[in-house]
Amino acid sequence: MARITAGVATSHVPAIGAAMDLMKTQEPYWSPLFDGYEKSRAWQKDAKPDVVILVFNDHATSLMLEVVPTFAIGCAEHYRPADEGWGARPVPVVQGDPELAAHIAENLIIDEFDMTILNDMDVDHGMTVPLSLLFGEVDQWPTRVIPVLVNVTQFPPPSGDRCWRLGEAIGRAVASFPEDLNVQVWGTGGMSHQLQGKRAGLINKPFDQDFLEKLTSDPQSLRKLTHYDYLREAGSEGIELIMWLVMRGALGADVNEVHRFYHVPASNTAVGHIVLEAA
Amino acid sequence: MAVGNLGYDRADLDDIPGTTIFTVASSRRAYHLHRFCMSLMKADNRPAFKADEAGYLARFGMTDEQNSAVQARDYNRLIALGGNVYFLIKIASCDGISAAQAVSTMTDLSTEDYTAMMLAGGRSPEGVRSISGRF
Repeated sequence: MARITAGVATSHVPAIGAAMDLMKTQEPYWSPLFDGYEKSRAWQKDAKPDVVILVFNDHATSLMLEVVPTFAIGCAEHYRPADEGWGARPVPVVQGDPELAAHIAENLIIDEFDMTILNDMDVDHGMTVPLSLLFGEVDQWPTRVIPVLVNVTQFPPPSGDRCWRLGEAIGRAVASFPEDLNVQVWGTGGMSHQLQGKRAGLINKPFDQDFLEKLTSDPQSLRKLTHYDYLREAGSEGIELIMWLVMRGALGADVNEVHRFYHVPASNTAVGHIVLEAA
Repeated sequence: MAVGNLGYDRADLDDIPGTTIFTVASSRRAYHLHRFCMSLMKADNRPAFKADEAGYLARFGMTDEQNSAVQARDYNRLIALGGNVYFLIKIASCDGISAAQAVSTMTDLSTEDYTAMMLAGGRSPEGVRSISGRF
């Protein structure tokens, strides 16, 4: 049986990928951030997932213009790093898992989550930055990846609670897959940030740290946060945090916290990171 | 009026200072603007745009207002005209400036002061949560 063994949450700021690609990680601006991921990289070397279900949002790269799915899942064999406007990142092509992805897609739709199926897609920093943060500079990613995409940009996005329930449904789908696979679920994006208007640069450290704390101590309470709560407290782009709830919903009630990290700033954004093992 | 249960009043979203909600309708209004932005994901198109901005923009059927706001790099105006930052940031990338630099131009701060604010922990939410409530 396939099992979800752990959940990871991390911000996916594009400047983090650029810092790695331009070899700036040891500069004073960036080194505290990368130091915060050392423990998780070491942990991943032992955790050795076969598959990562990576929840992220497309940033007007492959979606958002012609087609705006609320929830989508990638069923392709591979995903190319996209040229987002400054050339594609020099990172490996991401290998998919079409068989498990198709199983999850079917089961989610039967479970009343009306998924859009993506059979061809280039992936942007929303996926490649988390992979870089958790696996470092590698010739090939040490895991297969199933992309799960959430619209967090165009109103109305799904509610945080709906994301949580999608996570629960992903958990059920994975558990019904007959092959013995070690599966992780990653929620990405956030933490507080706003990239528009006169309020740009908003960072809400108390909100972010409370959110991180509750992922372990009181996750059910996070399901009650509304769009308005996220937009007002965490900024117009901070609502990406609903994608962390897909991860947390998939992980089940009991978890062991392995690592937690918080850092301001990366470009315009507060960076949050947590690693949770399923108990 | 919203039909379903959002758990809050939809009008509250328009009460957050300096924050424009990107909607299905704004996406439609900015469709041609966004099509232009996404064209900059092709390497050949970037120098073509920079070499002749007006000529390049003429291919996309944008409104005159959107057209001139692009040429002025007026990001707040582009958002008022329906744009969303994840599309618009591709213009900044084409200009060779960072996201933080582009975002700073939407605030009352210079890029230097904005960068310093971020290094000092960012903009506090105190006083910028609600227009009507002034908190």
